[in-house]
Amino acid sequence: GIGFAATGGTAVAEIQFADYVYPAFDQIVNEAAKYRYRSGNEFNCGGLTIRMPGMAVGHGGHYHSQSPEAYFTHTPGLRVVIPRSPIQAKGLLLASIASPDPVIFIEPKILYRAAVEHVPNDYYELPLGQAEVVKKGADLTIVGWGSQIYVLEDAIRLAENRLDCTIELIDLRSLLPWDVETVEQSVRKTGRLLISHEAPKTSGFASEISATITERCFLSLEAPVQRITGLDTPFPLVFEKFYVPGVERCFLGIKKALEF
Amino acid sequence: MAARVLRHSKCARRLIHPNKSNFAAPALQIQRHQHADQNEMNETLAQFPGAKAKYTEKLEFLQPDVYNGIPIYRVMDRNGVIFDQTQDPGLSDEELLKWYKSMTMLNTMDKILYESQRQGRISFYMTNYGEEATHIGSAAALQPKDLVYGQYREAGVLMHRGFTLDEFMNQCYGNHEDGGKGKQMPVHYGCRDLSFVTISSPLATQMPQAAGSAYAFKRAQNGLVVICYFGEGAASEGDAHAAFNFAATLECPIIFFCRNNGYAISTPVQDQYRGDGIAVRGPAYGMSTIRVDGNDALAVYNATAAARDIAVKENRPVLIEAMTYRIGHHSTSDDSSAYRSVDEVRYWNQRDHPITRFYNYIQRKGIWSEEQDKAWKDDTRKQVLQAFARAEKRLKPAWSEMFTEVYDELPEDLKRQKEEMEAHVKMYKDKYPLSNYESS
Repeated sequence: GIGFAATGGTAVAEIQFADYVYPAFDQIVNEAAKYRYRSGNEFNCGGLTIRMPGMAVGHGGHYHSQSPEAYFTHTPGLRVVIPRSPIQAKGLLLASIASPDPVIFIEPKILYRAAVEHVPNDYYELPLGQAEVVKKGADLTIVGWGSQIYVLEDAIRLAENRLDCTIELIDLRSLLPWDVETVEQSVRKTGRLLISHEAPKTSGFASEISATITERCFLSLEAPVQRITGLDTPFPLVFEKFYVPGVERCFLGIKKALEF
Repeated sequence: MAARVLRHSKCARRLIHPNKSNFAAPALQIQRHQHADQNEMNETLAQFPGAKAKYTEKLEFLQPDVYNGIPIYRVMDRNGVIFDQTQDPGLSDEELLKWYKSMTMLNTMDKILYESQRQGRISFYMTNYGEEATHIGSAAALQPKDLVYGQYREAGVLMHRGFTLDEFMNQCYGNHEDGGKGKQMPVHYGCRDLSFVTISSPLATQMPQAAGSAYAFKRAQNGLVVICYFGEGAASEGDAHAAFNFAATLECPIIFFCRNNGYAISTPVQDQYRGDGIAVRGPAYGMSTIRVDGNDALAVYNATAAARDIAVKENRPVLIEAMTYRIGHHSTSDDSSAYRSVDEVRYWNQRDHPITRFYNYIQRKGIWSEEQDKAWKDDTRKQVLQAFARAEKRLKPAWSEMFTEVYDELPEDLKRQKEEMEAHVKMYKDKYPLSNYESS
């Protein structure tokens, strides 16, 4: 893929499961990400896009459920993109393929059979590096991506019913480079931030968002940034329901942020 | 939210009837309908998809030494005398002298740059001592646009293609004229115009990439090949296996050129493999393979030219294992006397040096003399030292270059980091060696 793209070609590589991307880690991190930089722009593999199904699927266990985005967001030179729906997936994937940078495209596999939308037939791209405010609100900003957006929607519905609040939901879409401006603008308005992802807590991407927003919006924050994430364990099979950040845990996070 | 997400996704479940097999009828049923003769044949020739081979009733292992050393192709002896005149490629005097001048210029440049590292003038260097023929012989057999993927000890290929002394030095110094913009360590050369992909430090990573590029060339039908250089140590990496297998199964026009120089840093070949070197692996992947005397420039040339022919005409990979000896240390970070005898090194340097052999050959041909040689060697030294002095004086690129080309376009957050850095450097300008860098 890298070699194909290095000669100017467009290559879309598929990893069967994101859990199996690691044999390619050296090539992705040491080679693809640095191709343009190290060659003084004489060579690049921007024509490369690597797609992989990721995240929980209900019965995947250790090796069919991982969310490896954080390994890749730590590598300058890569783009990391995660769509939440069919319409988003098509636009973001086409943009990723057309992008002059190598892209890691993680597709939440549970959505393959579960998400239905009328997707336009023609070619269209959605912008990379740009988040989308999916729902406007005034009291709390929630950031998520991929399949977790639906869990967050449910938690928001619960919270807006039980607690007197309106909540703003942002789909980050691109994790690297990520749209700091949109999240910052939102947090300056709401004063509270909650981030949720399935990946384990320590060094999960929520840490990056939390640190950056705290640096930039410290005086706007009314509560500590909440991270509702997977546990710091390998992804267990029969305990999946306890492991993933479900509606109840997200709801409690919302409550904690609002009542701080 | 436009997407409608089903709460409980239903997977199709296939019911398996307990008394019926879900698999296709076994091949045996089909065979009953075949002709009697074929029936008999089928009893000795297996039908497994994995291997079309005969059966045997003898319990016998294929021993690892079955090849007993794949023979080493050579054209001339150590005195430059050709064994079989039909193997002389019959090149022009001009071409042969170009080869000699490339090898010797490389050797002189190596000596001076190695010394310069020892003097603290450049940070790192790797010499090519003893392997000059593997570079020049193979480079001469390729076309200028054939894409080269190297490991790190192929500077002669670049030199033969026309990379200038200034360009080599600029990269080693990482100054503002360096094509790589000072981002990598010395000897990590790259040149798009000369079709030489930028070197990277991780071992063997270039190998699957080379196969990918060759696949692209095949699809483009551009009549070009890819050559991929690697050492016998890198051949132990997983990426080497992946490269060989993909090149073979995707049927790519690629030459895999292994420089077997006896050592992978301090690991001698005895600890590197138990089989017959790298060449024996070629047929295992379905590749035509040849082992060649890497210190014989003419043999390297012939083998590479023939390999190129196969690769480009038949769209399949070819493996060349060039046997040679690494006369120098692995790099300036290595002192090889720690793991090999000085006598061994001296032997190769004095008794089987590729430059000496080629010198003998051209001298015998009457196209080069001792006087010419001395004059030329002095000239190379002068040229190298002058280029060196020029490179040393040039400033490093502006430090703001550090932020360029991470992506095609500078992303917002990196722009912010750059601005923060600008303010910082302005405030602490006397703490940073700004005079060594071009101004931003």
